[in-house]
Amino acid sequence: MKMDQQSGPEAVSAAAEHSAREAAIIARILGGERELFHELIRPYERGLYLAAYGMLQQQEDAEDAVQEAVIKAFKALASFRGDSKFSTWLMSITLNEARGRLRKHAGEKLEFLSDGDEEGDYTPSVLADWRYIPSEELERQELRRQLQQAMAQIPPEHREMIILRDVRGLSTAEAAEAAGCSEALAKVRLHRARMAMQKLLAPQLAPRQTGFLGWLNRKAGGR
Amino acid sequence: MRSMQCKHIWEQVSGYIDGTVSPELRQEIERHLAHCRYCSAVLDSTRNLLVLVGDARTFEVPVGFGERLHKRLQQSMDALEGGE
Repeated sequence: MKMDQQSGPEAVSAAAEHSAREAAIIARILGGERELFHELIRPYERGLYLAAYGMLQQQEDAEDAVQEAVIKAFKALASFRGDSKFSTWLMSITLNEARGRLRKHAGEKLEFLSDGDEEGDYTPSVLADWRYIPSEELERQELRRQLQQAMAQIPPEHREMIILRDVRGLSTAEAAEAAGCSEALAKVRLHRARMAMQKLLAPQLAPRQTGFLGWLNRKAGGR
Repeated sequence: MRSMQCKHIWEQVSGYIDGTVSPELRQEIERHLAHCRYCSAVLDSTRNLLVLVGDARTFEVPVGFGERLHKRLQQSMDALEGGE
């Protein structure tokens, strides 16, 4: 979970410094030091894979999409003007590549929890006593599988937003820019994605209390 | 059957978690959460779910992904250089 990023003076200055360093590397790459492109993309490759996988839900396809996107970015590097962050530019190329592949797969039957309607009624799942964070539970393959399966059931444009905001930690503005939509639409999609995930997963992620405490809580009606 | 007020709260859960709702709306939500166990549970479970989704262990990068990426990139860079 990421709060929308606040940009205090220190954060702004660090970001500006980082962008300036990247701009200098890009200038050197364009000047002929091509090998530096490997170093330029290295910090972002994990995020690119997760975004592509989030969209495509298929490991080989996601890897291939990232490879293609990175090659496209290398070829188009001279067109990067620095109006946005390099990472956002790279992410938007990757998402475009992934979207293109999704369109190619459009002939295949894709079924999602909703049809991508930005409105829609929502009734969350009840989970009255989930008051702790079961992150140690992630060691369980089963839980990871449940999370991934839930992700696969929500529409791609909603999935894209939860990956950008909640997995990658981008701000709403950055996520909207990478996805090529307005901030208002990004917020709506993010809300829909989170609520759909809650509905799908909350009942499965209930704590499994055992022993006296579990018995006591069950007797007390789940509190 | 939940009240209309609950539905109004559910529509704001995401913004509330992100801290992007107005101070007035935040107060309204918190007043409701103070007495509605159902909406409190929805908020808690959504918040906890997002912690899990954001955990690096949930979505792993395949072994050898970086090596394969840089190898293919290098091949493409070499081919471009050879073609110039």
